[in-house]
Amino acid sequence: MGIRFILMVNKQGQTRLAQYYEWLTLEERRALEGEIVRKCLARNEQQCSFVEHRNYKIVYRRYASLFFLVGVDNDENELAILEFIHLLVETMDRHFGNVCELDIMFHLEKAHFMLEEMVMNGCIVETSKAQILTPVQLLEKTS
Amino acid sequence: MSGPSLMDSLFQRTLEDLIKGLRQQLIGEQAFISKALEEIRKEIKSTDLSTKSTALLKLCYLSNLHFHDMSFAAFHALEVLSSPRFSHKKIAYHAISLSFHDSTPVLLLITNHLRKDLTSTNEFEVSLSLQCLSRIANVDLARDLTPEVFTLLSSNKLYVRKRAVAVVLRVFEKYPDSVRVCFKRLVENLENYDPQILSAVVGVFSELACKDPRSYLPLAPEFYKILVDSKSNWISIKVLKIFAKLAPLEPRLANRVVEPICDLMRKTGAKSLLFECVRTVVTSFSEYESAVRLAVEKIREFLVDEDPNLKYLGLHALSIVASKHLWVVSENKEVVIKSLSDPDPNIKIESLRLVMAMVSEHNVAEISKVLVNYALKSDPLFCNEILGSILSTCSRNVYEIIVDFDWYVSLLGEMSRIPHCQMGEEIENQFIDIGLRVKDVRPELVRVARDLLIDPALLGNSFLHRVLSAAAWVSGEYVEFSRNPLEFMEALLQPRTSLLPPSIMAIYIQSAFKVLVFCLHTCFVRGGSTAGVSASASYESFDDLSVENGADSTVAHGQTCTSAPITNESIVNLLKLVELALSPLLGSHDVEVQERARNLLGFVDLIKLEALNSSGQEENDSERKGVEATKIIRLVHDAFSKELGPVSLTAQGKVPVPDGLTLNENLGDLETICGDIELPSSNTFSFGYPSEEKDVSSFSNLQIKEDSGQSNESTSLLAEHRKRHGLYYLPSGKSEVISNDYPPANDPALQGDNNDNASDLVKLTAESLVPKRKPNHSKPRPVVVKLDEVDEKPVAVKQLESRDDSLSGAVRDILFGSEDILPTSSRSNLPNSNRKGKKKQHMITQVESKENVVDDGNSSSRRRKDHSHGKERRHRKKNAEERNETDRKEKESSSNHPRRHKSRQRAEEPLKVPPQTSVIPDFLL
Repeated sequence: MGIRFILMVNKQGQTRLAQYYEWLTLEERRALEGEIVRKCLARNEQQCSFVEHRNYKIVYRRYASLFFLVGVDNDENELAILEFIHLLVETMDRHFGNVCELDIMFHLEKAHFMLEEMVMNGCIVETSKAQILTPVQLLEKTS
Repeated sequence: MSGPSLMDSLFQRTLEDLIKGLRQQLIGEQAFISKALEEIRKEIKSTDLSTKSTALLKLCYLSNLHFHDMSFAAFHALEVLSSPRFSHKKIAYHAISLSFHDSTPVLLLITNHLRKDLTSTNEFEVSLSLQCLSRIANVDLARDLTPEVFTLLSSNKLYVRKRAVAVVLRVFEKYPDSVRVCFKRLVENLENYDPQILSAVVGVFSELACKDPRSYLPLAPEFYKILVDSKSNWISIKVLKIFAKLAPLEPRLANRVVEPICDLMRKTGAKSLLFECVRTVVTSFSEYESAVRLAVEKIREFLVDEDPNLKYLGLHALSIVASKHLWVVSENKEVVIKSLSDPDPNIKIESLRLVMAMVSEHNVAEISKVLVNYALKSDPLFCNEILGSILSTCSRNVYEIIVDFDWYVSLLGEMSRIPHCQMGEEIENQFIDIGLRVKDVRPELVRVARDLLIDPALLGNSFLHRVLSAAAWVSGEYVEFSRNPLEFMEALLQPRTSLLPPSIMAIYIQSAFKVLVFCLHTCFVRGGSTAGVSASASYESFDDLSVENGADSTVAHGQTCTSAPITNESIVNLLKLVELALSPLLGSHDVEVQERARNLLGFVDLIKLEALNSSGQEENDSERKGVEATKIIRLVHDAFSKELGPVSLTAQGKVPVPDGLTLNENLGDLETICGDIELPSSNTFSFGYPSEEKDVSSFSNLQIKEDSGQSNESTSLLAEHRKRHGLYYLPSGKSEVISNDYPPANDPALQGDNNDNASDLVKLTAESLVPKRKPNHSKPRPVVVKLDEVDEKPVAVKQLESRDDSLSGAVRDILFGSEDILPTSSRSNLPNSNRKGKKKQHMITQVESKENVVDDGNSSSRRRKDHSHGKERRHRKKNAEERNETDRKEKESSSNHPRRHKSRQRAEEPLKVPPQTSVIPDFLL
């Protein structure tokens, strides 16, 4: 499966985006997000970005007020996932122009669409910013 | 309910309005959301697709971020999906991906929509439907849409093709038979030079190879090429993951791959790729010395890096290496030990694991000592992490690494006193376990138990109660090793035991019973009924006992010499103490406590007269009764002196069930029977006390009148006791809060010598890791009783999931089997499971026949290879070129015929190759 889920959570612990690549019920999701947010938000800048949780691990990175949390299988490459998070942020930055929490809040489906361009079925399928954004911008123009 | 009017759709809230409203929070979030949901429920019924899709979009938002159920909208999502407008379709697909799952009732209605969009000319529609399929596909969808996915796998639009590749993973997983149709095209995509496609297809194979690596061995040449040629780090990482799985299965492959991986490790500047190389080498190439050395060099760079991420990963890599190359850990021990005090708890735990990996029977004492000091300084969480790993490491394989049990038992005692210690349960188990298994350690165990029991401060710490219960049990069970049993009695009956939970209280009372019987036995039976039994008497009794038990009594000899004398007077005091301490417990709420207290008091009543008489020097009068009491003491003592041994886990199962006994026959009636019985505890508590008291006195046929003189005596005894052991008594007026008045048992502030721990530990591990002869221990390792069953590992039944099984079976069919299994033209009539079964058999026989011919025929092996690589001619040619190229690299150019060379090699050493690998074609040259 590789990537199991991608979450964006602000520093108050509110979920701003949630994308799961395996089916979880609402209750399972609520519990999972609560646990993870409690675990990760308590950590400080001097601590490493990897947290073991249940039978997988979470790679996270903080950008301003927003935490990007990615749940991955244990043998996934942590540093590559960090690079992936950074790529995601850069892509959104290029699209929205200095992206902030509000952009993601008000354009949630667009953020989902970008993620779908990058990740499919838990595998990273696209890593070029231009390639990711072409269809997004094309659709924006047409609609 | 009426549908929304035109006005409603005109003034429909958009998603943006919804979000703004949520942010303003005029009426509170929950109220606002439920109002919005109400609107959505109405709007979603609209016949206007725009209104409907907006409602659906809002619902997605609320479901995704505010956990609201959207399953009611499943059918509406399908309706929106049928809209001709792309923007509607996109919303519908988004909603479906978020909310549909295997048990969604309308799932199968989507098949035709998906088929239509999969064959659409608009690549974005195709992409949306593929994306959706990758999220929701179940068996039926996967089966029905396999032909469409197959077509898309060779689409000339890269954008579509890469998505089709990614979706294949889910389709294979849900419907393994699709492998027969799609696998070849998937493999063809490995040949693609476009990085987009390659990244997707390598991702798919790395997931597939995780589940069943052996099936993908024949594809090794393709992967090898990608590894050597790849410019993208993402792809390289995935290929490395594949090789990490394949290499252990095929040593020849490992030989070929290890060098390119090392090259990559030297060249690359990307930390992620570097780490993947390191991890691949340490997990799957650990027997290649030079590669490991290179990897270790890189690990060291990670370890000394400022970045906590790299440091963590470095430690993580070390812990992988540790299992096979312990020297690597010892080379880096300074960093590891320094990391024990890192600010990051995750790093601390990793380094703790590594330190524990270094523990051996030579250094366990020193490392444990230093770690315990670390535990004293750490936060509660990490402290218990440390204690837990010490406990589990030391008890591994029935205390394999412990030689000096006396030391270990006192370490357990020391660990219990650490302020944050919450490992009470584990320590309890080990105390009792060691007591049962190791005879020689019992005197020391009793000493440790005494120290724990006698400290009233410990009773206030609820985490320690389990430890104290073990200590109490030890004190009762092995009281014969005690120097001063009277001290135990006082400790077990001290007033602060009221802080204990009832279950442990009961253990205390029972242990007090045992100790008392031992004292009485020593005094009256062993030492005769003369007054003033001295040390020598108790010494003798101990000696006899230990001989009885068949233990080696030499250790204990020296210790009992100093034991305090048990005189008649002290016995009398003891009896008073018991009565004083236990009388209040007769009214306890807890049946167990009440019962045991009553037992003990009854016993005291039985023998009290004689004790009192002896103290009064009136032997003649009580001669008859004295004999009777002695008899009782002897009886009870015999009952307690039977040694308890460790019990095997499977002991219960060994007891044969007697004929004609059905174990759960009458259990159903139990409830009705029990229902009639009133709760005894409330009864006893309210008005049972006086009557029960009468029972006791009638039960004991020694009628004793408690005259005022005696009660005076007992109060004066109490006063004396209070004077001697003032610490045990609660100050008047306070009860439960007392526990806080005591200083913590092991105050870290008092420990001054903790500063140079790290350097100590470094030194210790340095010493211990140097291979040296076994040091001469002052005493040999005592016998540890082991039960056969304990060492038996539960037989792990390897049960593959049928789905995986069929998936890998299908893959093997394609890769190892011949082309005639599935002509490419037959893709329209999908093979059913029946045919599949036949084919599997067919494949097996084929494989067998191949194995037979491997040793004797070049031609057959060549044909086999042609089968397995039965792809386009272009592909084969390219492969051949590649092989030639690598041949040249290897300076094996003497033979321009790699195939002949290969078969020769095969013929030379047929025995070395396990039968399984013989079906794998020679892709290695």
